[in-house]
Amino acid sequence: MGTPSSLPVAAATAAPTRDRAGGAGWRHVAAAVGAFVLLAGLGAVAPKWLTFLMTMAAGNGLVSLGIVCLMRGGVVPFGQGMVFAIGGYAAALFYNRLGFTDAIGLALAGGVAAVLIAAPFAPLLSRYRGIFFAMLTLALSMVTYGLLMKLDTFGGSDGFNLGRPTLLGMKLPDDKVGFILFLVTAGFAVVMAALARIYFDSTRGLVTLAARENELRVEYLGGSVRQAMAINFVLAAFCGGLGGALVVMALGHIEPNFSFWTTSGEFVFVAILAGWHSVVAVFVASTVLEVVRSFSSSYFPNTWQLALGIFLLLVIRFLPKGIGSLWHRERK
Amino acid sequence: MQTAVTILIDGLTYASWLFIVALGLTLVFGVLKILNIAHGSFYALGAYAAATFVAWGATLKWAPAFSIVAMLLAAVAVAVLVAPVIERVLLRFFYGRDEVLLVLVTYALFLIMEDVTKLVWGANPYYVSEPYALFGNVSIGRQTWVGYDFALVALAVVVGLAVWWVLNRTRAGKVTLAVIHSAEVASSMGVDVSKVYIAAFAVGIFLAALGGAFTAPMISVQPGVSVGVIIVSFAVVIIGGLGSIQGAAVGALIVGLARSFAVHVAPVAELFSIYVVMAVVLMFRPEGLFQRTQARRI
Amino acid sequence: MSAPLLEARGLNKRFGAVVAAADLQVDLAAGERVSLIGSNGAGKTTLVNMITGYLKPDSGHILLEGRDITRLAPRAITRLGVARSFQIPQLCGDLTVLDNMLVANACHDAGLSFWKPARRAETVDRAEALLERFRLQDQRHRRGAELPGGMRKLLDIAMALCAEPRILLLDEPTSGVAAEEKFPMMDTVMRGLADDGAMTVLFVEHDMDIVERYASRVIAFYAGRIIADGAPGVALASEDVRRYVTGELLVE
Repeated sequence: MGTPSSLPVAAATAAPTRDRAGGAGWRHVAAAVGAFVLLAGLGAVAPKWLTFLMTMAAGNGLVSLGIVCLMRGGVVPFGQGMVFAIGGYAAALFYNRLGFTDAIGLALAGGVAAVLIAAPFAPLLSRYRGIFFAMLTLALSMVTYGLLMKLDTFGGSDGFNLGRPTLLGMKLPDDKVGFILFLVTAGFAVVMAALARIYFDSTRGLVTLAARENELRVEYLGGSVRQAMAINFVLAAFCGGLGGALVVMALGHIEPNFSFWTTSGEFVFVAILAGWHSVVAVFVASTVLEVVRSFSSSYFPNTWQLALGIFLLLVIRFLPKGIGSLWHRERK
Repeated sequence: MQTAVTILIDGLTYASWLFIVALGLTLVFGVLKILNIAHGSFYALGAYAAATFVAWGATLKWAPAFSIVAMLLAAVAVAVLVAPVIERVLLRFFYGRDEVLLVLVTYALFLIMEDVTKLVWGANPYYVSEPYALFGNVSIGRQTWVGYDFALVALAVVVGLAVWWVLNRTRAGKVTLAVIHSAEVASSMGVDVSKVYIAAFAVGIFLAALGGAFTAPMISVQPGVSVGVIIVSFAVVIIGGLGSIQGAAVGALIVGLARSFAVHVAPVAELFSIYVVMAVVLMFRPEGLFQRTQARRI
Repeated sequence: MSAPLLEARGLNKRFGAVVAAADLQVDLAAGERVSLIGSNGAGKTTLVNMITGYLKPDSGHILLEGRDITRLAPRAITRLGVARSFQIPQLCGDLTVLDNMLVANACHDAGLSFWKPARRAETVDRAEALLERFRLQDQRHRRGAELPGGMRKLLDIAMALCAEPRILLLDEPTSGVAAEEKFPMMDTVMRGLADDGAMTVLFVEHDMDIVERYASRVIAFYAGRIIADGAPGVALASEDVRRYVTGELLVE
């Protein structure tokens, strides 16, 4: 019997690598530790403005990491500002109303708060795709924005301030605050990046990718696409809330604009720029945005959005899988 | 009672310019299948152009009534000069691609246009107040309204009827309807679909710019105007149904009245009432009130 | 006489004026190789769709080992041991052949994991073993979308097998495949299934040579009704079948 096709067969070029269960996990942990050490070193010697920039990049990057999680399933959320704001406001409220000031605790509180509020919407949102998924997440974020603007308990349109957090009971000295907050933020970013990588490589992660390609097939194989989508939405909410809390601590201030659609748009921008093949790319892309944003007001206030827009078009046109595809080769 | 009239008239006024703008947005989606985030930028462009044209008119010592013509010309200029360029240089490379991808492309366009308007007109606000006084004042009961607001309602009605008439009673309109239904089928029947795309996009942009031009006397024209407009327009077309003309009208009315009601009766809800309606519609009848596209998949 | 594995009772389905199924009664036993024949629109695929949950009948019941599966979601029916392949192969085009198989295995496994790697020794070995049976092993790193037609069908069937089904439904497994490749392909499919003699296989087929060679039982459809049901030699010789399916009695 011949092979069942008359077309020439192209055999695989790369030898397959098999991951022993747990082997990949340890690699990721090692990479995460290494990355953190490197970042800590950079933060120790970098000037304050740079440390702040990297803190913002890491915090905002977390929100985009959540978007990537959803994009792997084929949907693009246009309302992550909602979970970003919820996380930030939760941290600010815990600090101001409950007197809870630990940086790590506040960050986790932000993540959990976002999950608690977003989770009820997960089953509903898991049934939407395309434009309607985008519009529903957008609508929810704008409802959040409207509420935050008008409710004085949340500070109204001015928002409110957040004082200096503590860390594990220790007060943070003036000259070290920026660096410590950077360490906390970078630490969370590194941990979440490693966890994301493990999740993306897991069986659930692969089913998510399959759902993006062919939902019908996944259903007829016995898998649940809706469950995958709902889980991804909740994970993205946690990332967003975490990022929101960390950013608020770095900024010292929160306002309703965190939930406005243009904020959500920036997170999507970073996710598109990064692509979903590499978690490191998400934070690289976030850093790019922060750099452009920071330098823009001084050097090119009227053209930085123009630059971002053109950049986005170039990426969509020529690098549709994001910058992460430049260095990430699909593991065979 | 007085409050009811106030709410009604305020709502109608708001709904009028919103209808004109949303009509353009829904038309572009219906024909080109593009949900254009940059639609608000064309509104802003219309407003800025109106400011410029009216100012020129003033320096040339033309009669104040001419400012209406100036605003109309501003909208036409935007449509004629900008729309074809954007369609040919950018959009046509992405036809038929995923709808969300196109939203991202228009998002990039929005970012670009924000800065372009800033580069051309600067960051300071423009005021185009002269036309606002053209229609005098109207008194209803104890309240006085600016006549211009009613003129805007009249304009919206005229525009709506005109678009309806063109689509349903002219040959070009019927060809457009065919393309809305299925570009592929229309193409196989000999329709030059790309020409329809360019024309529909130009009309859509014209409507956005028209809304902007005629609203300019009521606002301060400055950077960031587009941001609020586009999000409200999205709410209207989602509520009304993407691609539906009647939907744009009904959606605009609902949004206008909801906002007006909130402003006068429940100020706390002013900003989110519109989006609650949008979210509720998406949850229970995602295709909108006048169905054209299929929404939920599973 | 053991109870049938699958029973279809009084299945009716209309699409407007079109009768896709009229009072269908079918019993399937374990291990049978059944071919469904009939012209297009006769009701073969409708029956497959109703069994797998893609369509819900207007009336009637489908029982799997006595359990009513008529109203269950496709996902649930698959988990109970009924899998299918599609006339147009449903693959995850952007994923490699191996990844497609890993997805199929993962969906079948009892516990999807948040952390266990999708590609690990045990899962890859299992997937590759099945690919080997279907002669797709050399293609395992190729993207699904790049596979030629015959291989796409084979992959589709291999993926369905990952569900370890008791009943496997193949919707026109050789359609779209070049004539000279049909037999080799069915040989590969049947050999791929060979290990599992207890699995019931139902395949929709238009090519009577394939039917005669691979089926132990033939069910013929016409206008939503079953017009013949029996061994190939008997069913294919029936006058109704010769008139309405194989077209041998067209000129009378």
